[in-house]
Amino acid sequence: MRIAITSSGTDLDAPFDPRFGRAAYFIIFDEETETWQFHANPAVEAPGGAGVQAAQFVANQGATVVISGDFGPNAYRALSAAGLAMYVAPRGEPPSVRQLLHQYRAGTLQSVAGPTSRGHHGLTAGTR
Amino acid sequence: MRIAVASGKGGTGKTTIATGLALALEDRPVLFLDCDVEAPNAHLILRPELIWRQQVDRPVPVVNQTRCTGCGHCAEICRYHAIAVMSGKVLVFPELCHGCGSCVANCPEAALSEYGRPLGVLEAGSTKTGITFARGVLEIGELSASPIIRQLKKWAVRTELFPHALSPEAVEIRDAPPGTSCPVVETLRGADFALLVSEPTPFGLHDLRLIVELVHEMNLPAGVIINRDMANDGALERFCVEANLPVLMRIPLERDIGQALAAGQPLTAVRPAYGMALRNLFEHIQLLEARGIRT
Ligand code: SF4
Ligand code: SF4
Repeated sequence: MRIAITSSGTDLDAPFDPRFGRAAYFIIFDEETETWQFHANPAVEAPGGAGVQAAQFVANQGATVVISGDFGPNAYRALSAAGLAMYVAPRGEPPSVRQLLHQYRAGTLQSVAGPTSRGHHGLTAGTR
Repeated sequence: MRIAVASGKGGTGKTTIATGLALALEDRPVLFLDCDVEAPNAHLILRPELIWRQQVDRPVPVVNQTRCTGCGHCAEICRYHAIAVMSGKVLVFPELCHGCGSCVANCPEAALSEYGRPLGVLEAGSTKTGITFARGVLEIGELSASPIIRQLKKWAVRTELFPHALSPEAVEIRDAPPGTSCPVVETLRGADFALLVSEPTPFGLHDLRLIVELVHEMNLPAGVIINRDMANDGALERFCVEANLPVLMRIPLERDIGQALAAGQPLTAVRPAYGMALRNLFEHIQLLEARGIRT
């Protein structure tokens, strides 16, 4: 099973990134081989639709679990259509990617049953 | 003559001025456009009878599941990420779609086609005093107001709706949405003059600066009405002098004016003297426009 975690850096000890569509990196952890790879988020500078683009990217990487801090409505819709399980990190001081992985395996992370924010509609405030 | 009434934000009395001006110019053919399509309210003051109605759609792709192979090409091609292909299934995000048609044109299986998704309606009619009134109303949940404003401007100037559209005496008054974003740009585009409504407060000055910047960029002649005028530090006026913006009119802050306006009465009914003032203002605007004065 492959787990995607939004990260602000490129290794397991980097603090995770609470944003999904605008996360700096995705760390894709492969549970079978205990290996991981990081990928720059292609959606980080998308003028709009970052949530959808990021969801597409994560799904294309073969992840079946996504851990982040926040899933907007578009990201949620795309990820759930692909059958990916979504989990959110606890609020507060951002844990490292490694800590989140442990929490996920210990079963203490909260799963998500709907969008966790209203989303940003991919638009900068005031441009519509 | 097309006058757009704008302000950097809402609540400055923009609609009061726009409707007041329309009523004051009763001896001319007037077309009033409520371009605040997200929250139209000028009809509450002008009370037109709306007899024309037209639905506006925008094209959004729809997938034919039996033809689609889930190749993912459409998702790759969409610049706006309005389409995703997840586990072989196409998902369209209509709010993000710009209707560019690229996905439809490039699907190798011809599995995509377009349907018209309701964007809003255009409505028009006339008031008792003979003002032609038109407005756009954006569908709830739709995010982009500019296309409907663009359509409103085109739709309302047809002679069936506004018989005097081609008369040199005709005046078109556009009540702009608040702010300085795309819908405001769309409202100002094609106007001959921008009438900016502000108030003598630090916030008023801040918002005026923003709209003046926009008006400069668009190379539109402009003037200012100071609404709710009261004793103040003079910063707003200094700014107007520096920016070479004529102050065309002042409306003092008076409690009973505010109350009557809040109750939906037009400015010209609350204080008939403003009818004359607004006619003078219009003449002033004509002079400024004729001289092509750019601020
Ligand atoms: S490009 Fe056409 S065939 Fe390919 S996934 Fe999109 S709709 Fe389906
Ligand atoms: S019409 Fe254009 S914007 Fe809309 S989904 Fe297709 S490619 Fe994307």
